[in-house]
Amino acid sequence: MNDNEYFVSGHKACAGCSVPILVRWVLKIAGPDTFVVNATGCLEVFSTPYPYTSWKVPWIHTAFENSAATATGIDASIKRKGLLNAHIIVFAGDGATSDIGLQALSGMAERGNDVLYIMYDNEAYMNTGIQRSSATPYGAWTTTSEIGTENLIGKKEKKKPITDIMVAHNIPYAATVNIAFFNDFKDKIKKALGIKGTRFINALAGCPTGWKHDPSKTVEVMKLATRTGIFPLYEVVNGQMRITYRQDPRIPVGDYIKVQGRFKHLQNNHAVIDEIQKNVDSWWSKY
Amino acid sequence: MYKVMKGNEVTAYAAMLSSVDVIPAYPITPSTLFPEKISELIANGEMNATFIPTESEHSAISVAIGASASGSRVMTATASQGLAYMHEMLAIASGMRLPIVMAIGNRAISAPLNIWNDQQDSIDERNSGWIQLYAENNQEILDLTIAAFKISENEKVHLPVMICMDAFLLTHTMEAINIPDKKEVTDFIGKNTTNRIILDTEKPATLGSFASPEYYTEFRHQVTVAMEAANSVIFDIFSDFKKRFNRNYDVVEPYRLDDAELIFVSMGAVSGTIKDAVDVLREQGKKAGLLRLVAFRPFPSQQIKKYLSMDVKIAVIDRNVTPGYDGSVLYAELRSILYDSDFKPEIIDFIAGLGGRDMTIDDFIKIYTLAMEMNADSNHIVWEQLKPLGEDVS
Repeated sequence: MNDNEYFVSGHKACAGCSVPILVRWVLKIAGPDTFVVNATGCLEVFSTPYPYTSWKVPWIHTAFENSAATATGIDASIKRKGLLNAHIIVFAGDGATSDIGLQALSGMAERGNDVLYIMYDNEAYMNTGIQRSSATPYGAWTTTSEIGTENLIGKKEKKKPITDIMVAHNIPYAATVNIAFFNDFKDKIKKALGIKGTRFINALAGCPTGWKHDPSKTVEVMKLATRTGIFPLYEVVNGQMRITYRQDPRIPVGDYIKVQGRFKHLQNNHAVIDEIQKNVDSWWSKY
Repeated sequence: MYKVMKGNEVTAYAAMLSSVDVIPAYPITPSTLFPEKISELIANGEMNATFIPTESEHSAISVAIGASASGSRVMTATASQGLAYMHEMLAIASGMRLPIVMAIGNRAISAPLNIWNDQQDSIDERNSGWIQLYAENNQEILDLTIAAFKISENEKVHLPVMICMDAFLLTHTMEAINIPDKKEVTDFIGKNTTNRIILDTEKPATLGSFASPEYYTEFRHQVTVAMEAANSVIFDIFSDFKKRFNRNYDVVEPYRLDDAELIFVSMGAVSGTIKDAVDVLREQGKKAGLLRLVAFRPFPSQQIKKYLSMDVKIAVIDRNVTPGYDGSVLYAELRSILYDSDFKPEIIDFIAGLGGRDMTIDDFIKIYTLAMEMNADSNHIVWEQLKPLGEDVS
């Protein structure tokens, strides 16, 4: 862990945003020999309002859907210069990864470029104002899964299993991380940085603005996401899956749902909460 | 050394001679032979470059941007739908001032799907902030590509360049090419000095930040200033090229303009056919000439004014369409810059050769005759060879 800071304060993130915590600590682990590629999104906008920057490592943003391809270009370029040990880290949101950027990410994983791709998953298009993405969970309100007389549930589709999709590319390392479980997070980032090839990390990213909770409660809400089993912590090394955190017994999902305004409409909808509980239990029954 | 090569192969050779570091590419007709040839040159040890076959054109240009932003010399090739798919990234490449070179096999835009030649694809990208040079033959493809690296890496310019070559007419046509020694080319272009801000862990920089209304206009203006500067930089680089390789280029090429009564204006390979038509017409005592545009961006306004602000008729050969406007792009731009000239020539737009429809010497002789018969009341927008609706086109 490096004592220096490579992502510095003064940026414009919302109060209570979890993303700066994630980025700051990833870079403290990776150190100065690191290139960062950032997809269009909250992080890019709040950290680089010209002429300011929060980044003390080389950083590039080009567009929304192509961070994996941009990173491929840097990988090719620095290898030709003999920089064989520098890190290339992508930070991209769930929309930039699971939706619009899936093609480029799949292409990079197939080519096996030496890139650590970190998806910060705040579970919606937060930068454009809380629109649903394929990573938005079942039952969540967003501005494009509105609640009304004809829709009492919110988002009616399940979250896209992006980590499974990346594991299916036979990449050497994939993991889920949650900064509220810091040691687990730190160990996985370290491990991922020590492996060659394309590595994928799905980082839960609490968002008080979009999840509708008090900005002081971000870490608590994120803890609940994992303790309820909704966001399990695991890693897949060369195809071998290992659960890295086990809560026994798991906290009921209702405890996670009731602290977030995006699930307000479900508070008394026991059928939907039971369904979400059943889905979580069904996933865990395999592990 | 002379070699007989197709236009696409010439493009690949130009990349090799220019010591390109990184080549991302995605296959598309009629440019596919470019990545094929690159793959072959690297496989047999003739070329030392990193070839990245991508999963789309959007990713090909994105890889190019990432590689160029970290200091590599980069080239790719595409056409038509592939170029349209890259559209978003083109303005990002120029806005980030990256010296990328891209070969365009000029091909029609869908729908209907058509793989043959016109210039709609690159003309549609005229606002992308890329320099556009149009080749007339395969030797020009080689020479303009080599020059393009030197132009794009010039610190007054730092803009990407498209080398446009007509589908099949150039991309797949064999011609004997005079290939310079690699050392001569290296001496001409110079080292990839990266006299620009790049991604570098020793000197961390933030590239591609977001700019509020307070700053955005100035960034766009700087691209325009660089494009204007490119005009004289191109002239100087072409002069240097002539000294070293003894082949002469300019942003426009005048052909038999002396005392001309009708001047064709065109870009690309069709210009060769027009030159033949001009020769035939001159033999018949008819005073025809040609002004060929080599550069379309930056638009060679001063040179065009120099040759065309006189009492002549002009027949523009427009290989593109802009529906909803009176006449196509080359016509509109030409008319616009001649608006404030002392002599306003009569300009007629011939929308011609779309989607690979053949244009022969006879067609241009007919165009000459038609144009000379026109008066001020005539319709000055002509769809050349347009068939009546319902006619069997088989």
